[in-house]
Amino acid sequence: MAIVELKGISKSFGQVRAVDGVDVEIKDGEFLVLLGPSGSGKTTLMRLCAGLERPTGGSIVIDGSVVNDVPPRERGIAMVFQSYALYPHKTVFRNIAFPLTVEGMDKAEIRKKVEWAAGLLGIGHLLDRMPSQVSGGEKQRVAIARALVRRPKVLLMDEPLSNLDAKVRHSARDELKKFQREIGVTTIYVTHDQAEAMGLGDRIAVMHEGKVRQIGTPDDIYHYPADTFVAGFVGTPPMNFIEKDGLLTGFRPELFHPAELISDQDPVRFRFRIERVENLGAYSLAYGTIGSVKVIANLSPRLRIREGEERDFGVSRQDVRYFDKQTGAGIRR
Amino acid sequence: MNVRRLLDRESVLAPLLLLPVVLYVVLFIGFPFVMSFVYSISNVTVGNPDFRVTGLGNFREILADKVFQKSLLNTFIFTFVSVGLVLVFAHALAEILIRDFRGKWLVRFLIMLPWTAPIALGSIGFLWFLDSLFSPLDWLLRAVGLLGKPGALFGPMSNLYWFGRPDLAMAAVIGVHVWRLLPLATVILIAGLNSIPKEITEAAQMDGAGYFRRLFQINLPLLFPVIGVSILFATFFTFTDMTVVWVLTKGGPPPHSTQVLASLAFLKGIQGGDLAQGAAVALFFFPVLAGIAAIVLRLVKKAVVI
Amino acid sequence: MLKKILSKAGFCGGLAFFIVFSASPFYIMLITMFKKSHDLFNPTNNPFILNEPFTAEHVKLLFTQTLYTTFLLNTLYVGVAVVLITVALSVPAAFSLARIAGRWGENLGIGIFLTYLIPPTLLFIPLSRIISVLGLQNSLWSLVLVYPTFTVPFCTWLLMSFIKSIPREIEEQALIDGCSRLGALVKVILPLSVPGIITIIVFAFTLVANEYIYALAFIQDSAKKTIGIGLTTELVRGDVFYWGALMGGALIASIPVALLYTFFLDRIISGLAMGTVRR
Repeated sequence: MAIVELKGISKSFGQVRAVDGVDVEIKDGEFLVLLGPSGSGKTTLMRLCAGLERPTGGSIVIDGSVVNDVPPRERGIAMVFQSYALYPHKTVFRNIAFPLTVEGMDKAEIRKKVEWAAGLLGIGHLLDRMPSQVSGGEKQRVAIARALVRRPKVLLMDEPLSNLDAKVRHSARDELKKFQREIGVTTIYVTHDQAEAMGLGDRIAVMHEGKVRQIGTPDDIYHYPADTFVAGFVGTPPMNFIEKDGLLTGFRPELFHPAELISDQDPVRFRFRIERVENLGAYSLAYGTIGSVKVIANLSPRLRIREGEERDFGVSRQDVRYFDKQTGAGIRR
Repeated sequence: MNVRRLLDRESVLAPLLLLPVVLYVVLFIGFPFVMSFVYSISNVTVGNPDFRVTGLGNFREILADKVFQKSLLNTFIFTFVSVGLVLVFAHALAEILIRDFRGKWLVRFLIMLPWTAPIALGSIGFLWFLDSLFSPLDWLLRAVGLLGKPGALFGPMSNLYWFGRPDLAMAAVIGVHVWRLLPLATVILIAGLNSIPKEITEAAQMDGAGYFRRLFQINLPLLFPVIGVSILFATFFTFTDMTVVWVLTKGGPPPHSTQVLASLAFLKGIQGGDLAQGAAVALFFFPVLAGIAAIVLRLVKKAVVI
Repeated sequence: MLKKILSKAGFCGGLAFFIVFSASPFYIMLITMFKKSHDLFNPTNNPFILNEPFTAEHVKLLFTQTLYTTFLLNTLYVGVAVVLITVALSVPAAFSLARIAGRWGENLGIGIFLTYLIPPTLLFIPLSRIISVLGLQNSLWSLVLVYPTFTVPFCTWLLMSFIKSIPREIEEQALIDGCSRLGALVKVILPLSVPGIITIIVFAFTLVANEYIYALAFIQDSAKKTIGIGLTTELVRGDVFYWGALMGGALIASIPVALLYTFFLDRIISGLAMGTVRR
């Protein structure tokens, strides 16, 4: 059952079409990631769901009713901003309690719920502090606790991890996924970080220039990109493209190996001129050209490869993807 | 649709919150502003409320009036001389106050006094300071031998009679304006100086630019908007002021040696009861104010960064 | 080395010069208010020091024989009333201009700021007519009604830039947490604007204490005068000057206003300059 349905949603700011006819259905309890580069319209799409912007076209349905004209407070949603937007003049307790206070809930009930939410996020000991007295990671938990305390139908998160430093970010990602599964809240999550998207999302919607280019499981997105944009945006280093037989042939760097190592009897073969090798410890990257096109191979560091040599490389046929040369759209074979 | 929903609409809430201010501004600034134009082309007086449009007669009469000519001239002299002096002094003072030293808050409080204390009260201090008999300033000049002896720089009399001589009365008015505006201009300049990134000065030093090259090619161009702002405000406050003149000299000594537009408008419009002529005199502010407003508007639109 | 000493001497000399230049009238007020009349009115006596033991006779005269306390109280009444009106008008307007109204809001904000450039000396003639039509001559209400003409435009502008500096997300968070637009204003933006509101309160009050022209034009009744016109018109009578009392009165009223103003100086000036130079 879909809890959020976006039907032909558009939003223009003057001449700029920030969101351009998006159709997405989000299932109950699902973790959907909106992934895209900055300016792709993903944050605008989330703000439309939240009710902070009004759509110029299409309709938003939450839990069965159209909410285009419903203000944020009546949509049953909660949101975690990138900056966490904690109220600087309220203690952590009163920050988390605020949505309940506005509802006019009685004090004992509020205390119970705040303690539940704070316990869930492991910030019970911080309740009397001011936001300025807690760390970045703790701020993020306070913001999430405040979002959850009302038991929203949908939880919206706008790059909630991007203000954390790299070390904390990994563990925060892990915890985020765990508690989301635990309480099963439907979540829409905006990010430009594809690793975050792959790790967190049940499904990912890749956005570009206001449109959803592909929506699917992380596996789908990675292995069966719908077009050259998705293929290029997801994966580091990105997919290699070679023109062959009037089509664009795409293959992932880590599936591009010396021909003799491929188990496939009849791989797609290329003559690869290696120009530079970067040993990164866990793997090494070989930069070079096929004909005049630059490509990258992701190889085992144990493989002996010399800079300047030219070798037969190949990709197993099942791992090659084809795209239309003009439109960039994927072609299934 | 209920009221709560209606108030959520920006197109309803925004005008609603603005309405009181707009209403007040229109009624008590906009309307009188228009009225001052209407008055200036009419014959309205306090005693004679029936209203007749008389065209540009008031302006013709005023322009031919020697007192008006004198007031207009005085206004411009006071403004230009005061603003010029303020700028020179403010630069020196800003260079001093931008440093850190002990007891700075007290120094700042004392130096800011002329601007922060009510100007009418500050001017009262000058009444005594420049009194015809007991002036402490005259006493000081006598003490150092510049006054009150044959051959002294300021003459042999025991007092200068500041408010009795046209030139000295004008100097006094200008002095008080400078005294009052110096702190304002200084604070604005300090804000400007503080906003010049240290890296720029350091980079210029590294590039081998000397003091004067730095001053003229880096500091002054960067400070230009800020200097402009202090000129604008200093001009505005001197040009339209009548408090200083009114407290110190009431436009005297005769004949109207320190009369300015504002005090003349007051004399004619309020004390003389001739609203039409008073309004016509005050309207001579308008071109200068419109000029200031136009510059302000351009600066705002250009969004110069401090 | 020599250069350093010279620069230090120049600095100290400059500092001393400016302190004397700015503060000496107030120093003279202080000395004069405590001087015996006998000392005061002898032109050969040093006017910068007390030549005879200090006296409180002028201060006593000021508070018992004159309307000085009435002037102070009148100023206070008008000040409080004007501050209330200013806050009531400016806060919602500033919020609306800063947050809700879009492009036209910005232009309207600039428009309101520009009305600050229409000085009292241009408006007092038509306003005096309006006051007399309303029958408010010689009433403190005339001042209460008219003073917001110079407090409201500036304070609205000042508060608008203050509110703009509060992150928009905090307000959007409040909307999501269940507030209406108005609720977000009252529950979140208003508490966060308290420093800005205090600034406009102080500024509006000091402007009222400073005002001279309207009071001079509208009020003739001695008992209704505010501090500025009260001192200059009631204690300066022809040639009879109560100099000690006059100086004392000016100083006593100046200091609290100046202290208040100085405390908020940077905020007020940056607001003033922000009309033309944005942050």
